[in-house]
Amino acid sequence: MSDTILQLTDVKTHFPITQGFLLKRHIGTVKAVDGVNLTVRRGEVLGLVGESGCGKSTLARTILQLVPTTGGTVVLNGRNLADSSARELLAARRDLQMVFQDPYASLNPRMTVFATLAEPLFVHGVCPPAEVPARVAELMRVVGLAPRFMQKYPHEFSGGQRQRIAIARALALEPKVIVADEPVSALDVSIQAQILNLLAQLTKQMNLTLIFIAHDLSVVKHISDRIAVMYLGKIVELGLAADVIDRPRHPYTRALVSAIPTPNPDIERNRQRIVLAGDPPSPINPPSGCAFHPRCAYARAECRNAVPPLVADSPDREVACVRLSEIS
Amino acid sequence: MPLLSVHDLRTHFHTRNGIYRAVDGVSFSIERGETLGIVGESGSGKSVTCYSIMGLIPQPPGRIVSGTAMFDGVDLLHCSPAEARAIRGKRVAMIFQDPMTSLNPYLRISEQLIEPLLIHEKISRRDALSRALAMLDAVGINDAAKRIHYYPHEFSGGMRQRVMIAMALITKPEVLIADEPTTALDVTVQAQILELIKKMQRELGMAVVFITHDLGVVSGLCDRVQVMYAGRIVETADTRTLFHAPRHPYTRALQRSIPALQSKGVELYTIPGLPPDVSKTIPGCAFAPRCEFASARCTGGVPELTALSPTHSHACLRVQAGEI
Repeated sequence: MSDTILQLTDVKTHFPITQGFLLKRHIGTVKAVDGVNLTVRRGEVLGLVGESGCGKSTLARTILQLVPTTGGTVVLNGRNLADSSARELLAARRDLQMVFQDPYASLNPRMTVFATLAEPLFVHGVCPPAEVPARVAELMRVVGLAPRFMQKYPHEFSGGQRQRIAIARALALEPKVIVADEPVSALDVSIQAQILNLLAQLTKQMNLTLIFIAHDLSVVKHISDRIAVMYLGKIVELGLAADVIDRPRHPYTRALVSAIPTPNPDIERNRQRIVLAGDPPSPINPPSGCAFHPRCAYARAECRNAVPPLVADSPDREVACVRLSEIS
Repeated sequence: MPLLSVHDLRTHFHTRNGIYRAVDGVSFSIERGETLGIVGESGSGKSVTCYSIMGLIPQPPGRIVSGTAMFDGVDLLHCSPAEARAIRGKRVAMIFQDPMTSLNPYLRISEQLIEPLLIHEKISRRDALSRALAMLDAVGINDAAKRIHYYPHEFSGGMRQRVMIAMALITKPEVLIADEPTTALDVTVQAQILELIKKMQRELGMAVVFITHDLGVVSGLCDRVQVMYAGRIVETADTRTLFHAPRHPYTRALQRSIPALQSKGVELYTIPGLPPDVSKTIPGCAFAPRCEFASARCTGGVPELTALSPTHSHACLRVQAGEI
């Protein structure tokens, strides 16, 4: 279980901000992902949480090389994707697929379910053309859709069903790793439960590695083996899922966990909530040192000076906070 | 006497594809200082209920077929436009879901904040501005004296929601209707906004109607909760009872399908099927086709909301008969 399938080393994704139409002057940089080190083990579900703008979606896109990397390496099965050619990337994407957040926007409205699911099969030539219809029917059954709907268009399906089509499309090439960017955020609770069950069941059956991005901590805790918490382009805490949520160590994770409302009035009435002041800072001009220090209750002068590295606190836990030993 | 009492509200939308019964017989009331939660999935009619009370339903295609909404002796659904204008935005105010689109991008925050004051009170611009400034301070916007002259795009999502709250509360309303005010926000910002609504409610003693789909938000904020499904209320109870002893199968199913209440990794309960199409007449209980306890009787007649105790009522025939 513990062998590495995906290794990110000091990954940076920066976007330039330019001004002017013809003479594009460079006026700044958005450091969306700024030095992420992450090891994903074969067959695990890794949850990635953080507030909007913390770079979790950009990290997902960087893993798939949908945006160019500024620095660092993304190694999938021993091959660095960050400096691969387009041809090599095409081959690598057989093993690496993505499910997007909005099932209303991520499916082509003018393609039938059959066309949507058959396209990756044709592009990669994974099976003889004669077998494609049978393979598409099989895929639809796997995600719980009746194959007789094959010739329908996305608008004829509900949100949950569309997300099933998107998952089937990601599964078409039998990838090893799936990156799911907020796959249940756009869905209602009862439908969300169906999709979560499906993802959990598929990862077990097909021995998939799943990188599951969400902002809803209770959903992430439910499905993940490990959780990585991101803040302003960096991972601040990483550990076993239940452990991170039940015993958060980093001050930011503590605040994040305490902000989730629990559906239990007795707990909810009596809890002391850590309410963070202000909004997350801008990734264009991040605070010096630890990016969390302006909102942190434990911040000291030393927090302002150097960026704290992500260090192992116990065998299964890494935390990026210099004052960790003093505050816990 | 309750502050606001809605009786048998039915709002239908007449479209080319048929009549959508978005709200179909909703009755509830709210007392001064109370917080009422309305929970339901998308399309259950929770927003349309509140839009109807506020007179924000476009007519046509919408039509308020029946019902009354009594607020201080005035029926908000049938009063003259002048009477409605005197109450709406002054004594009954509303916050909307999306702070990104509900402010006018062309006007400075100051203009938008003082507008309700200029309309509803005899007040000079200068006094209105100083009240607006005090309100911005109260909702926790730092450096309010400078920021009041900003445009909406210069604020973040959480700040804009604070501005929306300030705008709704500036006339010191007696009822605040909040339509998913935190859905578009991050959890840490959501926690700030919920604390703010609680604080302002304590200070002004207003009643709050809080619409949400998040059971977690409801549990910490509301005194009473009502659950809606396909345009009707299926269960209403005080918050503790609803979470600890839900009776209606839909409420139970909802609770079993959220990960936060289940132990990690177990398979979540899923409600089979899809929410019903409200453009068709549903014989009997709207939840019956998806309900694991449904029997032949459930499709016979529409179950009425029946009181189990003074604070707890539900609309399930089989629970009422003591069968489940």
